[in-house]
Amino acid sequence: MSALSQYIELYDSHLEVIEGKSSEVLNSHRREARKLLEGKSLPHKGEEGYEKTSIEEMFAPDFGVNINRVNIPVDVSLSFKCDVPNMSTIMAFVVNDTFAPSSTLHNKMPQGVIVDSLARASQEHPELVGGFYNGLAQNEKPGVALNTMLVQDGVFIYVPRGVVMERPIQLVNIFNSVAPMMGVRRLLVVVEDGASAQLLICDHTQNSEYRYLSSQVVEAYVGKNASLDIYDIEESSATTARYSQLFARQQRDSQLLVNGVTLSGGNTRNDYHIDLVEDNSKTTLAGMAIASGSQHIDNNTYIKHASTHGMSNQLFKYVLDDESTGAFDGVIYVAPDARFTEAYQSNRNLLASKQARMHTKPQLEIYNDDVKCSHGATTGQLDADALFYMRSRGIPEKDARTMLMQAFMVDVIDMVKMEGLRDRLRHLVEKRFYGQQASCSECAAACHEPQKD
Amino acid sequence: MDNILLEVKNLRAGIEGKEILKGVNLTVRPGEVHAIMGPNGAGKSTLSSVLAGDPSFTVSEGEVNFHGVDLLELAPENRSHEGLFLSFQYPVEIPGVSMVNFMRAAINAKRKYFNQEPLSASDFLKLMRQKREVVELDNKLASRSVNEGFSGGEKKRNEIFQMAMLEPRLSILDETDSGLDIDALRIVAGGVNKLKTSENATIVITHYQRLLDYIKPDFVHVLYKGRIVKTGGPELALVLEERGYDWIKQEIDNQ
Repeated sequence: MSALSQYIELYDSHLEVIEGKSSEVLNSHRREARKLLEGKSLPHKGEEGYEKTSIEEMFAPDFGVNINRVNIPVDVSLSFKCDVPNMSTIMAFVVNDTFAPSSTLHNKMPQGVIVDSLARASQEHPELVGGFYNGLAQNEKPGVALNTMLVQDGVFIYVPRGVVMERPIQLVNIFNSVAPMMGVRRLLVVVEDGASAQLLICDHTQNSEYRYLSSQVVEAYVGKNASLDIYDIEESSATTARYSQLFARQQRDSQLLVNGVTLSGGNTRNDYHIDLVEDNSKTTLAGMAIASGSQHIDNNTYIKHASTHGMSNQLFKYVLDDESTGAFDGVIYVAPDARFTEAYQSNRNLLASKQARMHTKPQLEIYNDDVKCSHGATTGQLDADALFYMRSRGIPEKDARTMLMQAFMVDVIDMVKMEGLRDRLRHLVEKRFYGQQASCSECAAACHEPQKD
Repeated sequence: MDNILLEVKNLRAGIEGKEILKGVNLTVRPGEVHAIMGPNGAGKSTLSSVLAGDPSFTVSEGEVNFHGVDLLELAPENRSHEGLFLSFQYPVEIPGVSMVNFMRAAINAKRKYFNQEPLSASDFLKLMRQKREVVELDNKLASRSVNEGFSGGEKKRNEIFQMAMLEPRLSILDETDSGLDIDALRIVAGGVNKLKTSENATIVITHYQRLLDYIKPDFVHVLYKGRIVKTGGPELALVLEERGYDWIKQEIDNQ
């Protein structure tokens, strides 16, 4: 039985339960997705775009899906309080794949802004959610359709026209279960014209006794002259697999920054598909991947310049140690009428051991002449001259190596615009390289004791 | 005086199977300044790299005794802790590592080696400030990444600044004069002279005599084809300046 068919079977046999617990907005797309999956299979390793990562194998284990929406007995909002130091965030949790507000979520919210459960929002505001939901996700990809077919909850973020959010929104994704589990996670972000928001997402695995799989689809709409920053930090466990697919659409004069950081995990695949559909949009896409042990990290990007005067800048950096493996596959596509496009892509990798492997495939597809584009990829080892120079000054080899690896990541960290997060990330990267597995109690968002309010 | 700081005996070493040092002998006592001169390709930089422990070189024979410690047995970082300092001919740029973090890691590693507590942040910054003055190193440079974007002169001054911070017992200055204009040369040499005591020693490796106008050697050695073929006082440097190396080459090659 293929990995996909076990989930299709699960869906077919639980159709009524699933639909009964869900809104019509989700259900109508669910049925379409089910049809699209007929006769399909998940990508195998070696297929184009999946040279080093098998989605089939990722989904093959018999993960449980929380079809009946059983409440997992974890009082997250009490035991797990996250906060970016020196910065107050609007925070919510996703436990496995169920939305859980923090106690202070609603009283901090600016007028008209919605940060809520996707299940509830799609019932309370069917027109609003229905107007955007599943509008960007490419369901012809089986990995996306599978998510659309099974999703029952998620997060809906709506920032109305002209609202500039001062506080960042923070989502904490947590795996915690008593059996192997797949979380079907869905995030819909709508930033209307002239609005601006910052979003920090962090992935954690609390109980790493079991295997987890995160199937995540993110849709992000960035309106005219709007601005959205997404920081997505994975700090999960070796027992956690993640398949995240982000689809974003940018309108005229908009700005989008996505910075994806993999600090720890098991098997990670992130897809970024960004459409610059209207003129004068700016995209910054950055990624940092730190892998050790037998970890695997694969980032796949597709930036589509379909308008004039668009600008995109991509920087992905990997440090791979032990027997870990990394992959990067990035495409810049410039359409025939996307004149005056400026698009850059850079992938730089450091192999810290003889066994680590990196596979990189930078690509440009340009269909007009009025463009400035470049791409480049390098894979190398730590600079032997720098290492000896540091050791000759008395810095022990291990520390020197760690300092050089940290230094390698500095420019990706510097791309973080959220002050408190930048410092925090610097600290976390340092800790990660010194071999201290960052734990949930010390996450990117520094989890504290419950806050009394 | 029988107090020996460094004793190199019959040192043979090379890189990628090619022998460059072919039996070097050298004795350095505290308070002394030794100049090692020689034509290009004689092995001057190899000698300094091998003494500092550059892993790209292999030692095939010989001994190096550094105040009672077998130097060749030590990792480069421990050679530094034991008091050896190499001022690089080409100081390495390390983008992303600030001078402050670099120096703090170095100082505290040495303190740890001697079972001392790390320096407090304020004591460390005070030390940085003091030592910067030795070579008139701009505070701006100290806050940048190691050597990144430094001019040739700034890099060399930065080397002497690091030497001041680490207070070595033996400093090897490898072609410290190369790429320096006369003002920078004066500042760098002045820094070296300020750091000189009766307890420490300096080996100055240079191609030209002009640095020796500023740093006065007690001994001048000529390295040729991997061996020290001539040793004399400061006057030897003047002879070399006037007559070049050809007469020595002929003397040796005819033997």
